[in-house]
Amino acid sequence: MTTTATPLDVATVRADFPILGRTVREGKRLVYLDSGATSQRPRQVLDAERAFLETANAAVHRGAHQLAEEATDAYEGARQKIADFVGVDYGEIVFTKNATEGVNLVAYAMGNASTSGPEAERFRIGPGDEIVVTEMEHHANLVPWQQLAARTGATLRWFGVTDEGRLDLSNLDELVNARTKVVAFTHQSNVLGTVNPVRSLADAARAVGALTVLDACQSVPHGPVDLHALGVDFAVFSGHKMLGPSGIGVLYGRRELLETLPPFLTGGSMIEMVQMAKSTFAPPPARFEAGVPMTSQAVALGAAVDYLNAIGMDRIAAHEHALTEAALRGLAEIPGVRIVGPLEVVDRGGAVSFVVDGIHAHDAGQVLDSLGVAVRVGHHCAWPLHRRMDAAATVRASFYLYNTPAEVDALVDAVREAQNFFGVS
Amino acid sequence: MQLQQMYQEIILDHYKNPHGRGLRDPFDAESHQINPTCGDEVTLRVSLDGETVRDVSYDGQGCSISQASTSVLTDLVVGRPIGEAFKKMDAFVELMQGRGQVEPDEDVLEDGIAFAGVAKYPARVKCALLGWMAFKDAVARSEGAKA
Repeated sequence: MTTTATPLDVATVRADFPILGRTVREGKRLVYLDSGATSQRPRQVLDAERAFLETANAAVHRGAHQLAEEATDAYEGARQKIADFVGVDYGEIVFTKNATEGVNLVAYAMGNASTSGPEAERFRIGPGDEIVVTEMEHHANLVPWQQLAARTGATLRWFGVTDEGRLDLSNLDELVNARTKVVAFTHQSNVLGTVNPVRSLADAARAVGALTVLDACQSVPHGPVDLHALGVDFAVFSGHKMLGPSGIGVLYGRRELLETLPPFLTGGSMIEMVQMAKSTFAPPPARFEAGVPMTSQAVALGAAVDYLNAIGMDRIAAHEHALTEAALRGLAEIPGVRIVGPLEVVDRGGAVSFVVDGIHAHDAGQVLDSLGVAVRVGHHCAWPLHRRMDAAATVRASFYLYNTPAEVDALVDAVREAQNFFGVS
Repeated sequence: MQLQQMYQEIILDHYKNPHGRGLRDPFDAESHQINPTCGDEVTLRVSLDGETVRDVSYDGQGCSISQASTSVLTDLVVGRPIGEAFKKMDAFVELMQGRGQVEPDEDVLEDGIAFAGVAKYPARVKCALLGWMAFKDAVARSEGAKA
């Protein structure tokens, strides 16, 4: 992380987010600490979407009228911005409904490889092959692989997690072997905050000829990410966690792989030539974007990338680093609070999950909510990880560029208040 | 403060000192219910004596609302005919799904009226109904087993 960047001006940033000015629960100031679930959107993003719809809306890649041209340019321009943002080429970016669909796209396309031509050979998977995931995955990067294994007869295996909340890589050589076809893992845990050693996992996978699929939902919004430098084959992230709209996600695929990967969803836009009995398919990325795409959402996501770039991902990362450090320190000082995840802010992002002795996460969250502090409670779509960490449910605070040190204090105070309310302090 | 409306003393009492907790034998049917959004779960057994609920026993882990409402459930249904227990269940479900607009009848729901405030929080309604869904399912299973 860079230390040279000047701190970001949070007050100026906050002024761009109208929702942060509202109150909740009888006049409490909103303290929004749930950006790990979804981020709020600045005016610039909302304005970009509205401006597109008011001036250039049309179905992209069809029609020869002026609006169709302008809409197509806006849509493809957004693709270029997003490609630049994560250090990849224009044609390596596929728009999906969300990140979950991106993982499913890869998993289903691999399943389809068995009935595709010889060019798809390297994606074929079947009995005797192995898919490797980790115990810290979000359900979105676990269930699609369980299902692919079930459909193809492949075996699902996984890395464990240490008590501290790091990946247990002690059996790396055994787990990633000649039978491994896919290694799917998260860049940054949405529960623990743990940042995984992507490059070394990608190297290990490549050494045995396995494909890597990276869940970058919690990393791309929060710091500089260069997917080419990380060396992964596929990566997914979502628009709504990075100041953009819901209804749009991004799949990155290394060019040579996208060129031979069979399609997932089929229909309009993704074809090369269609006859009554059979069809051929367009080159990527169009091959993976069947139907009229989510155009205004793509344009708005492009605007979100502009917004993030203008502030600087280094500065955002440094800002969140400081907030995370303060939150870990403040929460650790409260007797009866257990942090679920690494305690030091080394290879660790801004998701801070914890349990409060004697108070169920739902009940703690309810007290926090009554004080205006919005957090996530439950298993955060990572149920196996919660079982591993011996927590039925946790409270999760997650930070973003618009959060302030005062909001971290509000969180810590609210947790103490919850203890008072339930008489466990 | 809104919080006190939700966490009535009655609810906190049932949470801290639950009635009828623990799994007991013999039983006619068992149901395991999970709230997939938060991972809360309850295992509940019913023991029937003809048309009467002889015992309800349960174990589980979850928030104060789900645990307290299951505790209240045992007070309301044990020793009563199944038909009457189901009427109470219907009244409780109606209260919980009423978004705070339903006036509860204390004669029917007894301590259950304390959950009226919970009904104003849609995200917590499932918590309050977890044990009741287990009860409904367990009775259905026991009747299915007899048929």
